[in-house]
Amino acid sequence: MARMVTTRNKVISTAAAWLVGFLIFFPILWMVLASFKTELEAFAIPPSFLFFHWTTENYVTVQERSDYFHHALNSIIIAGGSTLIAMLIAIPAAWSMAFSPTKRTKDVLLWMLSTKMMPPVGVLVPIYLIFRTVGLLDTRTGLVFILCLGNLPIVIWMLFTYFKEIPKDILEAARMDGATIGRELIYVLTPMAVPGLASTLLLNLILAWNEAFWTLNLSTLEAAPLTVFIASYSSPEGLFWAKLSAASTLAIAPILVLGWFSQRQLVRGLTFGAVK
Amino acid sequence: MATQQTQLLARTLLTPAVALLFIWMIVPLALTLYFATLHYNLLDPGSESFVGLENFRYFLTDPAFLASLQNTLVLVGSVLAITIILGVPLALLLDQQVVGLSIVRLMVIAPFFVMPTVSALVWKNLLMHPVSGLFAWIAHLFGLPAIDWFNDAPLFAVILIISWQWLPFATLILLTALQSLDEEQKEAAEMDGASAISTFIYITLPHLARPITVVILIETIFLLTVFAEIFVTTGGGPGLQTTNIAFLIYSQALIQYDVGSASAGGLVAVVLANIVAFFLVRIVGRNLEA
Repeated sequence: MARMVTTRNKVISTAAAWLVGFLIFFPILWMVLASFKTELEAFAIPPSFLFFHWTTENYVTVQERSDYFHHALNSIIIAGGSTLIAMLIAIPAAWSMAFSPTKRTKDVLLWMLSTKMMPPVGVLVPIYLIFRTVGLLDTRTGLVFILCLGNLPIVIWMLFTYFKEIPKDILEAARMDGATIGRELIYVLTPMAVPGLASTLLLNLILAWNEAFWTLNLSTLEAAPLTVFIASYSSPEGLFWAKLSAASTLAIAPILVLGWFSQRQLVRGLTFGAVK
Repeated sequence: MATQQTQLLARTLLTPAVALLFIWMIVPLALTLYFATLHYNLLDPGSESFVGLENFRYFLTDPAFLASLQNTLVLVGSVLAITIILGVPLALLLDQQVVGLSIVRLMVIAPFFVMPTVSALVWKNLLMHPVSGLFAWIAHLFGLPAIDWFNDAPLFAVILIISWQWLPFATLILLTALQSLDEEQKEAAEMDGASAISTFIYITLPHLARPITVVILIETIFLLTVFAEIFVTTGGGPGLQTTNIAFLIYSQALIQYDVGSASAGGLVAVVLANIVAFFLVRIVGRNLEA
């Protein structure tokens, strides 16, 4: 009897979970489907779900007419560059706070967190004017710089929570065995830190890739990443749904894949370790 | 001796990050404060003059400020309510035994990884278009009139889109918290004959109190400055109906080029965010000691 109830519950919760999951995912699915339709079919009522004339022409058009790869490359450079530089600055800082904490470490960490709380719009004016004065508007360098600083607190925090979990005894054992700091870093610390480094890298790539305040305000064409490129579809001419869908599908596909890999770390990274 | 060396090394390693973040925080903020006391319009160069608190008086008494403050509060409050009221049952559901759970999880979490400009434009056109959108077609199937979302209920339309983006975040955090709930506690309650509802009220819900607080605070910080979704769908309109504080400051700065007033507005936004940040930092800090 108890067993039957369990099976029935499992069937119900499975059905409910799949239904809800499908509904939440549906807008993305619908967009991907539209990207393979002709413009007329994408706009047609009643809509066709699967039995339409499948075509890849939108993907070709998006590249030919608006130089999609130029913007994709910008996204890769801006997201990748800002994340890598942030990592280079954050690794020593997090390492030092995790392994040689002082009385002030907690305050420093919380202060870093509080810089992330500053609303970007609060400093939009000075940043815009500084960029205008030194000629950084619409440059990839400028965006790399801003996104790097914007994400630095999260990077440091995530790395700190990972580094803190590395048992210190192991380091002491290595030191006893006569390992130098350099050797300690390469042979003991690095292998244990790799998972944490990887997930920090991943989450921040995602955040930088999707960042849509600074990119929209500080770039127009030359340095415009995909967020800005997609925004250009907000005032289009003629039928554009299929092309919008194709461009969007390309823009989110890589990050969706990365995101799915990093869902566990996401919680940790975005709650600053407050929920694990 | 060795310890002293280590400490010196540690400090050296920490310095670049601290220095950069300090500059990043203090320089723009000081400039904003300075600009906020100036009459300064980019369209009228050379006319900069000190006006004291005039910009604050102008910004705070501007009817657009009250409208956008109200929109900001409605937007933040509604998205929080929707994501938590839907997120709790959804997390409970995903905590059950579900066949193919990993795939369901992927589907539920996906919207969070979609860039804001994409989700806003896809919802606005493919789903919410009053003639050819999918929602209009569904409404017709049931014999209902189609809703012209962005004309009849623009703020609600924006709220729906943003809720869709943030529901996965709330769900994922609540789910993570549920999975750390002690199973034995629940089993003991069941043994004692507690009903599913009282188990939920007396065991699960108290356990979720902290993650819910965290969700509220983190979402609030991001939602206070929602920008891209409004930028690509409504441009703040019609009228001021979807203008929030972030968008108001943007339009004063980069459309009207009124640096002084936009800076005053920026400081107002900083103060608002800091009220929330104060509580979040305390919660995180408490956790740091544990």
